[in-house]
Amino acid sequence: MTILAFTILIATGSFLAGLLGALTGLGGGVVVVPMLALLFGVDIRYAIGASLVSVIATSSGAAAAYVREGYSNIRIGMFLEVATTIGAIFGALIATHVPTAAISIIFGIVLLLSAYFSSRPHPPDLVNSSPDQLATVLKLNGSYPGPKGLTNYNVHNVPGGFSLMFTAGTLSGLLGIGSGALKVLAMDQAMRIPFKVSTTTSNFMIGVTAAASAGIYLSRGYIDPGIAMPVMLGVLAGSLLGARILVRAKTRWLRYIFSAVIIVLGFEMIYEGWKGTL
Amino acid sequence: MNRPAIDDRRIELLLGNLLRFGVLLAASVVLCGAVVYLVRHGHETANFSEFRGEAAALRSLPAVVAGALHFHGKSIIQFGLLILIATPVARVVFSAIGFAIERDYLYVALTLIVLAVLLYSLIGSDAT
Repeated sequence: MTILAFTILIATGSFLAGLLGALTGLGGGVVVVPMLALLFGVDIRYAIGASLVSVIATSSGAAAAYVREGYSNIRIGMFLEVATTIGAIFGALIATHVPTAAISIIFGIVLLLSAYFSSRPHPPDLVNSSPDQLATVLKLNGSYPGPKGLTNYNVHNVPGGFSLMFTAGTLSGLLGIGSGALKVLAMDQAMRIPFKVSTTTSNFMIGVTAAASAGIYLSRGYIDPGIAMPVMLGVLAGSLLGARILVRAKTRWLRYIFSAVIIVLGFEMIYEGWKGTL
Repeated sequence: MNRPAIDDRRIELLLGNLLRFGVLLAASVVLCGAVVYLVRHGHETANFSEFRGEAAALRSLPAVVAGALHFHGKSIIQFGLLILIATPVARVVFSAIGFAIERDYLYVALTLIVLAVLLYSLIGSDAT
């Protein structure tokens, strides 16, 4: 295959990944690595480097739209970024010592887990709960535009959320994904932050987290412009289009299909890693 | 207590637009590099299944800038990717300024920690 044909194919695949990721809210980054590694036979280290770059593009590209909705909480985001960025550096540093077969298996497990957790119903938003002392000191409590006007919320279990965020950062640095599912899980289920606030704040954090490991990947020579270019442009275009048509689209069936794709890719990554072919 | 919340939002809106501008700028640079790269190398056979690690010219900021000035397609793409990586870093810098204006020194400190971690990744890890 010529480089031109290869570039066009990868750009098309990345465009679809970005589009579906934005429409379903599951994020396109998570399927980019399996797509490159399984479908196109790209070395998994190049695939991770390219995916990391595309994760930054979607996060930063969508930031303005999310802020306008008025849900994201900059203090929660910044406080938890301390954990995710340190985790991301840790993940990127150990990535060079972990065999690619093991990375493939861990990737598969994370895919399966994120499909499972994103299918679970999230707990009902906690309102009028008593404030947590640590959250008050850190000024994490906030308000968001709810169905009945501006709704106040309190943040709970700060240490638990903080440690989950470190794990999310490590996985992000190790696998080149945004770890959006785990970030939302930490905020939504552990810290009891309202779902909308969790998802939009998570989007902000994803870009900063990915940037923390991208520097290390770049200096290690894991970011190949020939692969990162079509992936970044494709995912970005797909996710921007997805965010535009999101309002009109019926996303329930798309979510089922995309979850099924993620599960298949998860098993495939585990299998290939086990066989040692990746 | 209402005032800081509104200020937060204004800062965030400004930052959101700044980030989008950064991403579009990065994408344009990557696209320019892509044209140069594909015109010159598009007909060659693709081989990305073997990990070789990038050449030193594509691994550090000064080397990438030097290559881009010589109109190397790959270096221009890599320069665009560096702009992209810089966008979240810029957000953190501006957040620190925003918190300083609000005189929220606890968050100025937290933001500077995040910034230090990011700068370590981008610059400090080269030394290892």
